Amino acid sequence: MKRRIWLRWTIVVALVLIYVWTFAGIEFNGIKPTAGKITRSIFEGIFSPDWDYVYLPDGEDLLRGLLETLQISILGSVISAIVCIPFAFWSASRKGKSKAASGSGKFVLSFIRTFPELVMAILFTKAVGPGSFAGALALGLHSIGMLGKLFAEEVENMDSGPTEALVATGANRLQVLWFAVIPQVLPGFLSYSLYRFEINVRSATILGFVGAGGIGTPLIFALSSRSWDRVGIILLGIIVMVTIIDLISGYLRRKLA
Amino acid sequence: MIELRNVSKTYPNGTKGLNRINLTIGKGEFVVIVGLSGAGKSTMLRSINRLHEITDGEILIEGKSITKASGAGLRRIRRDIGMVFQSFNLVKRSSVMRNVLAGRVGYHSTLRTVLGLFPKEDINLALNALERVNILEKAYIRADQLSGGQQQRVAIARVLAQEAKIILADEPVASLDPLTTKQVMDDLKKINQELGITTIVNLHYIDLAREYATRIIGLRAGEVVFDGPVAEATDEVFAEIYGRPIKKDELLGEAAL
Amino acid sequence: MNGTGTNGLSRLPKKPSRIKHYLTFVIVLWMVWGSAVQTDSTFKELFTGLPEMWKLIEEMFPPNWQYFDNIVPAMLETIRMAIAGTTFGAIIAIPFAVISASNIVKTPWIIYPARFILNLIRTIPDLLLAALFVAIFGLGLVPGILALAVFSVGLIAKLTYEAAETIDPGPLEAMTSVGANKIQWIVFGVVPQVAAHYVSYVLYTFEINVRAAAVLGLVGAGGIGLYYEKTLGFLEYDKTNSIILFTLAVVLVIDFISTKLREKLL
Repeated sequence: MKRRIWLRWTIVVALVLIYVWTFAGIEFNGIKPTAGKITRSIFEGIFSPDWDYVYLPDGEDLLRGLLETLQISILGSVISAIVCIPFAFWSASRKGKSKAASGSGKFVLSFIRTFPELVMAILFTKAVGPGSFAGALALGLHSIGMLGKLFAEEVENMDSGPTEALVATGANRLQVLWFAVIPQVLPGFLSYSLYRFEINVRSATILGFVGAGGIGTPLIFALSSRSWDRVGIILLGIIVMVTIIDLISGYLRRKLA
Repeated sequence: MIELRNVSKTYPNGTKGLNRINLTIGKGEFVVIVGLSGAGKSTMLRSINRLHEITDGEILIEGKSITKASGAGLRRIRRDIGMVFQSFNLVKRSSVMRNVLAGRVGYHSTLRTVLGLFPKEDINLALNALERVNILEKAYIRADQLSGGQQQRVAIARVLAQEAKIILADEPVASLDPLTTKQVMDDLKKINQELGITTIVNLHYIDLAREYATRIIGLRAGEVVFDGPVAEATDEVFAEIYGRPIKKDELLGEAAL
Repeated sequence: MNGTGTNGLSRLPKKPSRIKHYLTFVIVLWMVWGSAVQTDSTFKELFTGLPEMWKLIEEMFPPNWQYFDNIVPAMLETIRMAIAGTTFGAIIAIPFAVISASNIVKTPWIIYPARFILNLIRTIPDLLLAALFVAIFGLGLVPGILALAVFSVGLIAKLTYEAAETIDPGPLEAMTSVGANKIQWIVFGVVPQVAAHYVSYVLYTFEINVRAAAVLGLVGAGGIGLYYEKTLGFLEYDKTNSIILFTLAVVLVIDFISTKLREKLL
């Protein structure tokens, strides 16, 4: 009982200290006088968007921007879904496998996961030049961290019975993999890849901020040139696209389960 | 013919799994192995197709040493030994047909099986195997749609499609209800008699062992303590194998038989 | 029954068509191929880019260890931003969670609009919110905190109301039977059952927010992200590397502590 009271007070004191430290360090210089006006302009922009921007016959419009965003996320997801497979088998801990092997794999994956994708995108724009390809590579590399972890869990939870049965029929390693392992893990792999695709669509909308392609490019221009009606239509476009993708992907994932 | 010569298995922690076992099992026999759980029944059965390694002695299948075999030679011997498991070990998400065809992979090249190019004869073999265990109409249904008894019959069909000369069945009815137990045991017996396949079954129930076996082998602490025809396996013999009088849960019950 | 041909088989089932599978495969392939062509993503591009990438990595090593002194204040700012954003978000999330849970509020015209707002918030990436808030409030920590707060509301409220919907209805009935009013009913019936989950979700969101806060500076919303632009602009890749390594270390430590705390909670 006494220990519980102690624990409670330690938590309270720790929290108070954390918050004092946090808020003492935040400078607040008041809200800019223009803030209200700009907020109103943004809302006006969203409610009376620049409909003409949806489709322009000669290039750079909303639909093409969104399509490019989608393409970046498709490529990024496919790249990571393929590249993460060896990582998944490396980091999956199974009976009769050394802890060091799976542990090192898990560490590499959490390292990749922690590396911010936007920074990755910047580095790729330096390497392959600005544009969608850099964005797709950044998403592809960053997603390995999460997908590899989820795939590894799928492998860990796999029933080892079918593998044993295939070995018993005289199948070789590849045949065991193809007939016992892949049919068991494939639906899970596909489902997680779709889930990651949903996340990647969101991420791809901002890659343009650092020059890595997609709808983010016109958005950052519209923001800096304060054309709020264009910001409004792009925001609407993003919301609609993300919602539709979530619905389709969610439907497909339910079918896979 | 299966010969076990001085077979011993010692686990890394020093426990004796099998202790100097010498057995010869002739073609067409229906052998039931009985004993307490932990007596080494499963270890012995899995040593025969080398799913478990032995630490001493040698096992010969049709005169060839499986103990010394490796690589393609080992797979070639395993191809002739079918195995039926307590938990069926089917790929639940694959169709019944694909599970049965998995028994054929040892006969073909990796590429051919991976591409799914099974010859017409294999397909017929698989369909005939399903017909023999009375679940032909389920051929293209996913395995997880079937009841436990039906799944075990798919596993038996897999062994039949494998054209195995020996069937090892490790507690094949332990997860089934009394009625399905009888059907599965009847299937095994029918195959043994009609096709002359040597069959070795681990069983928990004494009355089942008496009903189906031509020969009973009793294991106790990794040693053979009884080996003889059913007629000689009296209640006293079972009490000797178990080291205590027979308990009620070791009998399936008259109702089912 | 005869042993060989299929003729002897009774009740031969029909083999299901695989056209749907092939069609799906072709469509996916077409989508991937189309995306690659449209975005100029080719293996050739990748291979010509490889030497560049290698050069970049070479310039990043060894990291500039002296630079740590310059970025420690910015890193602390980043953590402050994450704490403040998560806290505000967590507080605002409570009423949202309450009015979105169908076993607490029984009125559809409250539940569905509330959930709609939560879904809407979660479609907008936090960096985009930050860019909008920077436009409104100018550069600094405030837009960052607000962006993280809005994002946190969407996530925490959703996870919490889903947890609230799975609670044991027994204590709720008990509260109703003793004649509690709605507030008492929530405080004594719902809160004790959801509190641990809620705290766990707040910590989880905090982990995500620390990562997000590290890059918010790229759009001018304060924190260590500002220094990416500075160092990359001057091609000082060894300094960029110091920032990356520092961020990784901080994130991993915070993740570790937070995960341990969450394990204790549930």
